[in-house]
Amino acid sequence: MKDIAKHFTTEALTPINAPFYSEKENVKGEDRRAKICESIEEAIKRSGLKDGMTISFHHAFRGGDLLINNVMNVIAKMGFKNLTLASSSLASVHDPVIEHIKNGVVTQIYTSGLRSKLGEAISKGLMEKPVQIHSHGGRVHLVQSGELKIDVAFLGVPVCDAFGNANGYSGRSKCGSLGYAMIDAQYADYVIVLTESLEEYPNVPASLHQDQVDAVVVVDEVGDPSKIGAGETRMTTNPKELLLASHTAKVIEHSGLFKDGFSIQTGTGGASLATTVFLSEKMEEKGITASFGLGGITGTMVYMLKRGLIKTLLDVQSFDEFAAKSLGENKNHIEISANEYANPSSKGASIKQLDIVVLSALEVDLDFNVNVITGSKGFLRGASGGHSDTAAEAKLSIIVAPLTRGRLPTVTKRVNTIVTPGSTVDIVVTDQGIAVNPKNKELKERLKKAGLQIVEMQELYERAIALCGEPAEIKYKDKVVAVIRYRDGSIIDVVRQLA
Amino acid sequence: MKQKLRRSMLFVPGSNTGMVCNAFIYKPDTVMFDLEDSVALSEKDSARMMVFHALQHFTYKDIETAVRVNPLNSPFGLLDLEAVIRAGVDIIRLPKTDTVDDVLEMEQEIAHIENRIGREKKTLLLAAIESALGVVNAVDIARCSKRMMGIALGAEDFVRDLHTQRTKEGLELMAARNQILLAARAAKIGAFDSVFSDVKDKEGFMHEVEYIKGLGFDGKSLINPTQIPWLHKAFEPRQKDINWAIEVLEAAKDAKERGLGVISLDGKMVDAPIILRAEWIMNLARASGVLGEDQ
Repeated sequence: MKDIAKHFTTEALTPINAPFYSEKENVKGEDRRAKICESIEEAIKRSGLKDGMTISFHHAFRGGDLLINNVMNVIAKMGFKNLTLASSSLASVHDPVIEHIKNGVVTQIYTSGLRSKLGEAISKGLMEKPVQIHSHGGRVHLVQSGELKIDVAFLGVPVCDAFGNANGYSGRSKCGSLGYAMIDAQYADYVIVLTESLEEYPNVPASLHQDQVDAVVVVDEVGDPSKIGAGETRMTTNPKELLLASHTAKVIEHSGLFKDGFSIQTGTGGASLATTVFLSEKMEEKGITASFGLGGITGTMVYMLKRGLIKTLLDVQSFDEFAAKSLGENKNHIEISANEYANPSSKGASIKQLDIVVLSALEVDLDFNVNVITGSKGFLRGASGGHSDTAAEAKLSIIVAPLTRGRLPTVTKRVNTIVTPGSTVDIVVTDQGIAVNPKNKELKERLKKAGLQIVEMQELYERAIALCGEPAEIKYKDKVVAVIRYRDGSIIDVVRQLA
Repeated sequence: MKQKLRRSMLFVPGSNTGMVCNAFIYKPDTVMFDLEDSVALSEKDSARMMVFHALQHFTYKDIETAVRVNPLNSPFGLLDLEAVIRAGVDIIRLPKTDTVDDVLEMEQEIAHIENRIGREKKTLLLAAIESALGVVNAVDIARCSKRMMGIALGAEDFVRDLHTQRTKEGLELMAARNQILLAARAAKIGAFDSVFSDVKDKEGFMHEVEYIKGLGFDGKSLINPTQIPWLHKAFEPRQKDINWAIEVLEAAKDAKERGLGVISLDGKMVDAPIILRAEWIMNLARASGVLGEDQ
């Protein structure tokens, strides 16, 4: 009798956990807290992590993330080597990864972005294998196609229950949407949820679900709430950003798409935020309502939702605390996964329904190609993000950038690195003129008629060079340090080691 | 002759590299590089050199330029004048103008430099009234030189001279504003109001702009580019006025074509000042972007 019963207990069906379920008699309810591990180390042991495997993280805590560094330290201490680090993105706070690369713990990286000293070190040839830079949508595609096979996912959340039901909009370190983590939870072989607090079962509605989670660890802190959305929410007072925003709002107003039911995505940063504010004024003036706002959601978008200017927010990542809080409170503020957001091979990505996207750029060239990943010195210092995804699918993709930054031209003959191909960029707005992609003849006429300062890209380029001078060429070696993957997985460009 | 719009005069500290490099993008009607009060003693030379180069740069070719120079009795005044007149500045803003002599002295030095370098285009003068004495002498100051294109109120120094301070209501400036405006109009030159320094207070700014526009001022000095679109918006003519101006100008054109000496519109006589006013409105409308190219 005892033997038969054993076949029907949990451990028989989820063998990976089997050693940790009690060897004792099967008592109903005994395994209710079985997923809880005492420490990160215990969770890693249970996961069966081995040298050479792939571990993943999500980047919803942005600059306030404490988890990647903490988990990587434990992994290094446990002696693992030759791992692939697949975080949906990496921020300045992740510079300590450099040490793990030096020590052979991490030998391969998949990420949307690289910044600060880590980006610099990799640009100088720190790693043998090139970093794979993907877009947010492209990452899901790589996971689904099997190239990026996640063995163990470490997913930080502010709260979850003992069974792993987790969300990002309550607790201390609110990060809002867990849109990127949802993918890892769905596809990783082993899913560890690391939480700051344990709620009573069931912690619903949940973004990461109990049937996806293998282990739960309670940690002191997963993030620093003051840095998760720091500096992103305030309305800029920088006159140049306000000028760019006012030009952008005018472009949208006269684009032909500015009518009831339109949809929009904007990023963070002063000019982007201010654009939504200027646009709100125009919407109120003309009685226009947007059907949805998409992507990374900011406090200004939430404000528009509350004012009834936007009907629905589709949130893959909450850029600030206002957005994170609203996600839990407003029934029209909806969490979506990266697959629903931007995966090119998804059955339904919201970007395919998007009218207007406002994007930034480090560089734009004569063919409208955009670089958002390498800086003027050739270092990796940015993120691909949803840039190429949204530019490819939105009806109108608007790039907003100052013509010059200090004495650096933003418009160049040829971008240092292509992240978004010019064929998907519709218009470039600068403080000294607006260039419309030649394929959009009607748009160009429309905007000219509206009195906007429309110029050719060549003019912008010449002006930028006249102001800044021709920048010295960046000298590279042959070795490839990063591969820029387009959203469909193809290689669109490479970044070489700095000489 | 097309009348020059001077709604906005943007102050740019001559020592602020970023502002000197970028001011033109905000498209003020006039950009005013300052070499005087906003520049520290230790930076007087470098600021002068920077402004000298900026004035000749292509980015400032399509924009009217003014420079506020240091007083002639300082070690920097003459050096400033030499540099900026050579660089082709349009207007010299006198630092502080109390008497006619202040203007004549400056005019003499300018003429001297122009002669020496063979500059044909006459440098214009803008007087800054910043004291009770200046306000009292405003009528004479406005009329004393053919180079004088306008007078401006410098409110901060003026209220100190009056032993009071600025308020949002602006009662303390009432007499000075009226006097300056009358002096300017009597001399048929421009009148420009002082800066409004609280950049965050859009409402207060707009209130003041409506007020000085109502008095008859041409425009205002500004210290923050953010205020430029607000100011221009306030000066944007209403559609009703534009329609009127179009009718006046069409009637004038029609009369000219038919060789008529007297122009009338709806039975009322249209004379030269009315035509000038109509042209002014159309000019404003064009600059405000409320008209197409063809109108």
